[in-house]
Amino acid sequence: MTQSHPHDHDHDHHDGEGGAPHRHPTQSDDPPPTGYYQVMAVALRELLVEKGVLGADEIRAQIERMDMRGPHLGARVVAKAWTDPAYKARLLADGPKACAELGIELDGMRLTVVEDKPTLHNVIVCTLCSCYPRALLGLPPAWYKNADYRKRAVREPRAVLKEFGTELPASMEVRVHDSTAELRYIVLPLRPAGTEGWSEETLTGLVTRDAMIGVTLPKTV
Amino acid sequence: MTASRFRAGDPVRVRRAFPPGHIRTPIYIRGASGVIERDCGDCINAEERAFGRPGLPGLPLYRVRFRQHEIWPDYAGPAGDSIEIELYANWLEPA
Repeated sequence: MTQSHPHDHDHDHHDGEGGAPHRHPTQSDDPPPTGYYQVMAVALRELLVEKGVLGADEIRAQIERMDMRGPHLGARVVAKAWTDPAYKARLLADGPKACAELGIELDGMRLTVVEDKPTLHNVIVCTLCSCYPRALLGLPPAWYKNADYRKRAVREPRAVLKEFGTELPASMEVRVHDSTAELRYIVLPLRPAGTEGWSEETLTGLVTRDAMIGVTLPKTV
Repeated sequence: MTASRFRAGDPVRVRRAFPPGHIRTPIYIRGASGVIERDCGDCINAEERAFGRPGLPGLPLYRVRFRQHEIWPDYAGPAGDSIEIELYANWLEPA
């Protein structure tokens, strides 16, 4: 891993919910010592407050704004695309603009939506660090940042998918998207069969975070 | 805009180079051949910005599609499996 890039390094390796890949290193009961960059960040924040550049309330408001972000936003986008073909076309052409239509502002994030087809399944990873569409899905799951997921998702995606309970036939192409630069991705999964006539709101309940990363399929009916 | 701008469908090869520093081209993809999937427009050069420089003018960024079997000779999946990755123009040459 290279240094000095803007992504976080808090690799909390506990097994999260959602069937994380195995072979994770165990985590010590003692938290690791505060790192150099964490100390720098705290010092910078305290200086900004002390010098009157930012107020503690502004910082807290921004953190709360980030905490409001979560997979529920992405689920709304997916459900809308499932029910409205014209919206789906706009979403695939310009992700941020289509999200803004639903009142979801991505703050400059360049979102690219990749569409599953009956013969194509998409998976997202960032092998260099852990690029993730936080403005749309909130904080990434711990396993997404894990070096093991990042290495194996590109090299043996089908084995990784299987560990998440997603077994795909050989007739279906698996396409991995390595998010290494400016773009952030979500998967637009296939709408589950048997949901004809469902409302957008009900469909939202089928769209999980993991399905938008592409390691699982939407819940079935 | 550089003269040798690529278009969707163009075959390209990733330079097999190992420069030091903050590089946005993972090692596993260097030397591989693929096809331009799309032109993502000009983007700030992240490799320059990592050194505190502005990263301007921006570099063309492309999404390139590779066959998994091209990258991993022992790849266990079907021949159709693929990987797409964003790569800056300075890493790509016509194949």
